[in-house]
Amino acid sequence: MRVWADPPQKKGNRVPRENIPLPCRVESLSVLSADGVLDKDLEPKLPEADLKRLYRTMLASRMLDQRCLMLQRQGRLGTYGPCRGQEATPLGVAYCLREEDWFVPTYRELPAYLWRGWPMEKHLYWWGGSELGSATPDGINDLPLCVPIGTQCQHAMGIAWGCKLRGDNTICACFVGDGGTSQGDFHEAMNFATVYHVPLVMVIQNNHWAISLPRHKQSASQTLAQKALAYGIDGIQVDGNDILAVIAATSEAVEKARTGGGPTVIEAITYRLMMHTTADDPKKYRTAEEVAEWEKRDPLPRFAGYLRQKGILDDDTEAAFKDEINAEIEHAVEIYENTQHDPFDMFRYMYAEMTPELQRQMAELKRHLETPLPAPSPREQAGDVV
Amino acid sequence: MAQLTMVQALNLALAELMRDDPDVLVLGEDVGVDGGVFRVTDGLYQEFGDQRVIDTPLAEAAIVGAAIGLCVRGFRPVCEMQFDGFSFPAFHHIEGHVRRLRNRTRGRFTCPMVVRMPYGGGIRAIEHHSEAPEATYAHLAGLKVVIPSGPRNARALLRTAVLDPDPVIFFEPKASYRAFREEVPDDPETLPIGKGVVARAGRDATIISYGATLRAALEAAEELYDEYHIDAEVLDLLSVAPLDAELIHESVRKTGRVVVAHEAPRHCGVGAEIVARIVEESLLFLEAPVARVTGFDTIIPFFVNEKAYLPDAARIVRATVETLAF
Ligand SMILES: Cc1ncc(C[n+]2csc(CCOP(=O)(O)OP(=O)(O)O)c2C)c(N)n1
Ligand SMILES: [Mg+2]
Repeated sequence: MRVWADPPQKKGNRVPRENIPLPCRVESLSVLSADGVLDKDLEPKLPEADLKRLYRTMLASRMLDQRCLMLQRQGRLGTYGPCRGQEATPLGVAYCLREEDWFVPTYRELPAYLWRGWPMEKHLYWWGGSELGSATPDGINDLPLCVPIGTQCQHAMGIAWGCKLRGDNTICACFVGDGGTSQGDFHEAMNFATVYHVPLVMVIQNNHWAISLPRHKQSASQTLAQKALAYGIDGIQVDGNDILAVIAATSEAVEKARTGGGPTVIEAITYRLMMHTTADDPKKYRTAEEVAEWEKRDPLPRFAGYLRQKGILDDDTEAAFKDEINAEIEHAVEIYENTQHDPFDMFRYMYAEMTPELQRQMAELKRHLETPLPAPSPREQAGDVV
Repeated sequence: MAQLTMVQALNLALAELMRDDPDVLVLGEDVGVDGGVFRVTDGLYQEFGDQRVIDTPLAEAAIVGAAIGLCVRGFRPVCEMQFDGFSFPAFHHIEGHVRRLRNRTRGRFTCPMVVRMPYGGGIRAIEHHSEAPEATYAHLAGLKVVIPSGPRNARALLRTAVLDPDPVIFFEPKASYRAFREEVPDDPETLPIGKGVVARAGRDATIISYGATLRAALEAAEELYDEYHIDAEVLDLLSVAPLDAELIHESVRKTGRVVVAHEAPRHCGVGAEIVARIVEESLLFLEAPVARVTGFDTIIPFFVNEKAYLPDAARIVRATVETLAF
């Protein structure tokens, strides 16, 4: 029943074609190497007070993260997704933003939240199963943690677009994981962002794993930064465990966005030192040797070494920071554990005005919680229930 | 015979199906090396290799979209959505193509795929990990929507679902994944899709439920019997599309009193369809209004308050006693 013969098979050389010169690049940037060697030419000149505060925030994030793992083990927190080893990127990016700028995270950006003024108990609330953790404090221009992978890219793009339309000189920074770059949302957001030329800084935290899927199985692209090229913008890869490199790259991208230069993609190379969440067992899919290799590139001691060399940090300061932070964490845990959670809140924030049906359902729940069950009917009265 | 949890029983069903038919493929996020975040696909990668147990990039739309193409090429993909809350990127394909392919090609192409997903609350999970969206899927003609309640029926239904010539959305009540074990026979079993079962026989009232809520319903039935001397019949629907209306009518006509219990929101929930069917064909057998014990028409709260949202035995007991007292 064949109607056609097969088309002739192509043989010999490919037909000649012309190269299209694309105006895009993918570059990589590192300032402070894993073994502490500093590239003096690239070193961002940051005020000493800022450097100190950055270090203190990085340490606070590390300590709170650690504490959360402990609380989880003690059954005082729910499933927890640690960010140990990834502190430099969110912190460096947050540092480059103005207070009135917008920040759209996924769920591994604790240090950025701390930098931008979220109280520690917010973090505990979120992972402890309370919406109080996703209620952005007034005056902070951040969206709450975002779980549906990749979706936040679209919201950030929309916010950046809004920044442009408002003309208020603000910009938006967004975070997504290496896994998140496989979602359509990421690509659609990048497409809109360049079509509308919005002031967006899209940061990919490439921590090498999306739960059990290694980076090389996530995408066949050599870099994730190069995905930007398809949309007509520059992509840059930075050492995401080198806070100085993150700051150098981000401050340029932020400046570009603020001055009408459009979006940038920054791929920050980092590593998830811990489990995906406490529900995960990384021994199923990766080796201890691999993790040990990355322990050596831990951003915290690297930054500490730099500061010590500059004479900004010493044992006394470090000890004082730790004492203060411990007290802050204790205080936050106390607030968290002494908060009463009102189940009726589930009805209160559904609409600007509660619908009559929701009022009815709320009353139904109230009645159920407040009225004891009907008295049991003794056996003797069997069949006599009604 | 082995005592298995639902996770183990589902795992067994997949292994049996894959041994029987080389065209059965498993694809999803973390289903291979990791064995799935709930371990439902544990060991399959080792037995069947990476061409049949496929760790995909993170993209639900691509998983189901690709599965449509694989179906066209004669495979039987079993797609895993890591949680029901993350099935929505794929919804576009499920609504737009999976359920329509047979109809629009007048039977030339079909979609004999299964989309599995853990659903429901009660395990102290984080945001987007506790919803019960079965009605959203049940509303789409062309899909079959199956929800097992225990290890044995889970294994049998998954087998039927994979063998079914049409697409099946397979909701796995994650609160029941490891909650209890059941005897599962050595040989594979099947259960028909669209047929429920009487999980507990009774004569005074009918409690209709499915999924994780079934356990609350059975617990309530025990309490009703012991404390209130009410002998409740409990129906386990097992499928919410198609619905086993016959089973419902038969029980309702016997008891005249009905309580429907599910954890999904009430508005346009599966309960609404059940009540409509009863009103259409068994109205005159009713001796009291039908009661619905369901999740509320809200977002399910983060886990500190999820208990207040999820129907439990106490709410079912109260509703049943009040129905009897009507
Ligand atoms: C749409 C969607 N699908 C699946 C999941 C389940 N999930 C949570 S995190 C994760 C991996 C994310 O990897 P990546 O984007 O690299 O971020 P990382 O966790 O490494 O920070 C998956 C599959 C989800 N949250 N959302
Ligand atoms: Mg990752």
